[in-house]
Amino acid sequence: MGVWRTSGMRLMAAIVLLLLTAPLLLLYVWLPISAFAERTEGLRPEGITFENWRRLLEPLGGATFLESLARSLAFSSIYCLVLMLAVVPAAYAFSRLPLPGRRPLLALLLMLHAFPMVSLLIGVYQTLRWLGLYDSLLGIALIKTASEIPLGVWVLKGFFDRIPWELEMAALVDGASRWRAFTSICLPLARPGLLAIAIFGFVAGWNEFLLPYLLLPSTTEWTLPLYIRSLIADFRFVDYGVLAAASIIYVFPPLALFAFGQGILSQVYTLGGRVQAQ
Amino acid sequence: MASNARSRLVNATSRRRGLVGHHLAILMCSPALALVTSFLVVPAILTIRTSMTDMSLATLGSVRWVGLENYRRLLEQPELPRIALNTLAFAGVNLIVFNIVLPLVVIALSAAWEECLGRFLRPVWLLPRVTPSVVYSLLWIWLTAPAPHGTLNQLLTPLANGQSSWLLSHPWPVVITADGLIGTSFATVLFAAAIKAIPKEVLQAAQIDGASYWQAFRHIVLPFLRWPIMFVAAYQGLSLLASFELILLLTNGGPGLWQTEVWSLYGYHQAFSYYAGGLQMGYGAAISSLLVGFGALASLAILRLFRFPQLTAEPKLGAI
Repeated sequence: MGVWRTSGMRLMAAIVLLLLTAPLLLLYVWLPISAFAERTEGLRPEGITFENWRRLLEPLGGATFLESLARSLAFSSIYCLVLMLAVVPAAYAFSRLPLPGRRPLLALLLMLHAFPMVSLLIGVYQTLRWLGLYDSLLGIALIKTASEIPLGVWVLKGFFDRIPWELEMAALVDGASRWRAFTSICLPLARPGLLAIAIFGFVAGWNEFLLPYLLLPSTTEWTLPLYIRSLIADFRFVDYGVLAAASIIYVFPPLALFAFGQGILSQVYTLGGRVQAQ
Repeated sequence: MASNARSRLVNATSRRRGLVGHHLAILMCSPALALVTSFLVVPAILTIRTSMTDMSLATLGSVRWVGLENYRRLLEQPELPRIALNTLAFAGVNLIVFNIVLPLVVIALSAAWEECLGRFLRPVWLLPRVTPSVVYSLLWIWLTAPAPHGTLNQLLTPLANGQSSWLLSHPWPVVITADGLIGTSFATVLFAAAIKAIPKEVLQAAQIDGASYWQAFRHIVLPFLRWPIMFVAAYQGLSLLASFELILLLTNGGPGLWQTEVWSLYGYHQAFSYYAGGLQMGYGAAISSLLVGFGALASLAILRLFRFPQLTAEPKLGAI
């Protein structure tokens, strides 16, 4: 917007913006300071040290940091893979194929996307009990997949919708099957969408706290957020330096992935451009 | 004309292949639909069904059907008005201040500095939504910790010495601000995307015509933002009414009795917490079911907001 005319107003805008942003910066800057300090008062470190990082390698409490890290990585990757396997073909079918009941199903998915999943916890608990998947990471991964499918299908369907259908048609006229047209024409062209969903899905799994916290009572399958939470909640041992070091490693993948894929959040939150398109 | 000929050709090939399209479509959708059915639709039905039973730790193995008894009991609870009010206040203040007003202010201010400051500061506003909730809550616990450790108390030491934890002395402002900023991230992204879609010529024309910044914002930008604002209000409003993750992490409903307890947290405590509710699944399910019912109605409303029919034009290659 080039409508700011006077430099005085621009200066005012900058000052107000900085004042508004300052609390957020104060909030986050503690993390790197505390991770390298023996102790901190506010944001003032006392004594620079690498001890906090070394202590991450020692077992603290029930699980160990490295085990939880590895498990978080495995959980997010497998969950992300299952999500993609379910979402990609479904999004294509909704975008291009004559699916019976297509509109009601799309409506149901859009409703489920808006629907607050946390209100279903009791039913989710019972379902997992029935299937013998309670207290297992596999059960959590399936629930998480189901809750992200509606968003994924809608976003990816948007990407398929934008591929010019003449390309696909040309392939069909040349005798390719529908499946062939999907794999060799549409999938490569939808690559930015696939990447966006994969990254968004991976981070959603990586960050997930509530589901394993509620549905994974035994400590043997703890992921990283549960491990960090147990350090915070354990009042005999609240070592903020170690917590900060663990947290930095934990927040790194989401921050790096979204910094790398700048437009991803915008693509996903707007359901592939639909929120501002009307 | 040429495309007509081609479509006739395609129709001819499609007739040869019979119902391949239908079968393939069902096959490709079935994993997604099976997962959604088993882990979202079935749990919704189970939650409502459980709400009409007396399932709890005490009745394990001999669960009885009690009809609407749980709902009657819920309405008689003396704490219910408090919890309902907490929920509405939390969702309302959060929505208006942090999901609508603050994002608009941030977007408007950073637009003035598009090239340098805006580009640096906007990512900072995304952090709350991207940070895992456990770490985000830890940051707030530290910020509001008692003196001399907490950042806030240390900065305020010259003004007021020896403050205790802000989470204990001012739980609501802390919880709403912390949770609200997550919404600010979300809305900032949506509003920025909408502003990007405004044709440059329109803004340039306004500038040439001598519109002030406020006039341009009021008459050009805001109308473009009307729909995203409505979307944020409906979508975030619904998810805020049901959200409890950060409250669980920061205060768990305390520090006093019911002080920061909201509806969904209350349901969770009754059903899943041994100490708070004695694992009363049936009663907790009744609390949740009211949210499920409200959520279903509200998401239907959101569906209308999306102008759904326009989004679901028939697939162009559908006939094959």
